[in-house]
Amino acid sequence: MPKLKLEDLAELREKARKATSLRDGAARVRVTIHMGTCGIAAGSRKIVEAALREVEQRDLQDVMVSTSGCAGLCSREPMATVEVIGEAPVKYVDLTEAKLKAIFTEHVVGGKIAEAYALAVGSERTY
Amino acid sequence: MPYRMHLMVCAGTGCVSNRSLEFRDALDKEIRKRGLNNEIQVVTTGCNGFCGVGPLMVVQPDGIFYQQLSSKDIPHLVEEHFLKGRPVRKLMYVPPELKVPVPKMMDIPFFSRQVLIALRNRGLIDPEKIDEYIARDGYTALAKALTEMTPEEIMNEVKISGLRGRGGAGFPTATKWEATRVAQGEPKYVICNGDEGDPGAFMDRSIVESDPHSVIEGMAIGARAIGARWGVVYIRNEYPLAVQRLQIALEQAREYGLLGEDILDSGFDFDITVSRGAGAFVCGEATALVAACEGRLGEPRARPPRLAEKGLWGKPTCLNNVETWANVPPIIHRGGGWFASIGTEGSKGTKVFSLVGKIKNTGLVEVPMGITLREIIYDVGGGIQGDKKFKAVQTGGPSGGCIPSQLIDLPVDFETLTEAGSMMGSGGMVVMDEETCMVDVARYFLTFTQDESCGKCTPCREGTKIMLDLLSKITDGHGTMEDLEALQEVSKVVAEASLCGLGTSAPNPVLTTMRYFRDEYLAHIEAHKCPAHVCRQLNTYRIDPEICVERGHGCGVCRRECPEKAIFGDKNQPHRIDASLCNKCGTCVDLCHFNAVIVE
Repeated sequence: MPKLKLEDLAELREKARKATSLRDGAARVRVTIHMGTCGIAAGSRKIVEAALREVEQRDLQDVMVSTSGCAGLCSREPMATVEVIGEAPVKYVDLTEAKLKAIFTEHVVGGKIAEAYALAVGSERTY
Repeated sequence: MPYRMHLMVCAGTGCVSNRSLEFRDALDKEIRKRGLNNEIQVVTTGCNGFCGVGPLMVVQPDGIFYQQLSSKDIPHLVEEHFLKGRPVRKLMYVPPELKVPVPKMMDIPFFSRQVLIALRNRGLIDPEKIDEYIARDGYTALAKALTEMTPEEIMNEVKISGLRGRGGAGFPTATKWEATRVAQGEPKYVICNGDEGDPGAFMDRSIVESDPHSVIEGMAIGARAIGARWGVVYIRNEYPLAVQRLQIALEQAREYGLLGEDILDSGFDFDITVSRGAGAFVCGEATALVAACEGRLGEPRARPPRLAEKGLWGKPTCLNNVETWANVPPIIHRGGGWFASIGTEGSKGTKVFSLVGKIKNTGLVEVPMGITLREIIYDVGGGIQGDKKFKAVQTGGPSGGCIPSQLIDLPVDFETLTEAGSMMGSGGMVVMDEETCMVDVARYFLTFTQDESCGKCTPCREGTKIMLDLLSKITDGHGTMEDLEALQEVSKVVAEASLCGLGTSAPNPVLTTMRYFRDEYLAHIEAHKCPAHVCRQLNTYRIDPEICVERGHGCGVCRRECPEKAIFGDKNQPHRIDASLCNKCGTCVDLCHFNAVIVE
């Protein structure tokens, strides 16, 4: 891979934004499973597998599953964030495979927040 | 001819397994039978998600949602709705009673009180994909630093920001950078201290695991300002995931030419290697860390000379903590003035704390300096587990101290915590309730420090052992007032004469608990009692005869399980403990279903 020049960095930033942003058409829904040590210790690997299974079984072309690091509220892991295009992201906590499945049904596909498992709607104050 | 109605029958996996295809075929048949097949089209669709109530059908253009359908519903449905235009209520979907609506994140104190700078990317990026870091303005600060700023300007920005080291000592970062910059010797090094030895602290682990590039970028900017050619991340081996993600991040940064030679065509060369720890708390001390990097025994040395003058391989070295480095890119990107607008007069910016112990919301919190302990514990932390009484909060790990509940309105910054007898430390914050014994806490930390003492200097090697023995004597119930005096004296010597920070700060937990919880020490020594009932040897166990008989019917479980055979009694009779045989193990307390065993 060739070394980046200054302009390349700016271009890459734009490209990367589009690839990960729902607004720019990359997908309709983004499901992020949190995989810090806290999450992994609590069993988030199974949750990721369950999420990928859901996407495959339901053949969801417009849903992307991604992972990130610790979300901060370590005592409520496994956690996942579901962001539907045009809506605020929703943080789900204390997950099990069964709950993840229900979240896919109700929220990812059904469009309604699965209130029984949701902690909060919105984003953190970040710089 | 256009259809006037479409019947969207769900044929997703869930509904199909509920015989939706059978339903669809039967529906089709009925529609044809009624001669409606030119007006009404039956369409098979994919899953619309509400599998819990399938088989489903949506009638368009009305938008009516029918659920839990079966073939027997068809004749009535076709007759009533499709022929006569009267939707069938009993087959429609009724939303369940909405419970409490989902709260907004900014209405939940855990999140709303936090300001994420060091943790700016938390939960938002995949740490193993450099592109996602870049998408969120990653490496923009480095580009700016290399192409639009001189090293002096970078240094000045950090100075304006007022950034102080986040590893524990709170030394002004710009001052350390400047000292390294002017020192004589080539090549120069920047080191990231990722040893994080404090029990209960995991902020640095989280930063390296979840956002390794924030550290890489910070180090590159620092290296540019200082004139360093190489960087080393010293990371403890107990963090395998952090090591792995860091190494992936370094590889990806190199691939993009963001590490290596002539970065972004600026002429600046810089790269980073990883050095793993081997299980020694003392190697979090700067000079011991450098010794470990050089392959020597991890023991500290006297200073001067400071690392800035003679560090790694005898060359000028700037060592900073993970969180310190992670704060550098935003400072360059947004300006030192912005950073200085957050926090207090003497402590700018934010601090990441690992909030643990008897707190409801356990996790990592990044809050502006100056927030009070009350706000951290009750707003962010959600209060004490089980709503028990808050007793103290331990900050700064084994080098810190316990701050009692009467100081709960203390605003948190470097100076205030030190004045209260504790210190900010790396950010570990252990919350304690009424069931914590403060003497036991001091003993716990001394056990740790004593074990980790490298042994090089006498005050620490011998002194921590003496302190630990005295504390154990007290918690065992054999302590005397002379022991308390001796503890005070030895603490003073260890604090003043030790070679490095491990020793000089080891007495802190003892000194703060003696300052604020002297009554507990006295209870242990004079009354031979542990008020929190933690020090088992000081407990007396007795069975309440009424509870045992009336609720437990003398079940005898405790009698059977007692390892000392110290419990006597017959079935349906009150049981009793022979105190002379009791070894205070507490098994009977754990086993009794009726809470008949009283601990005094």
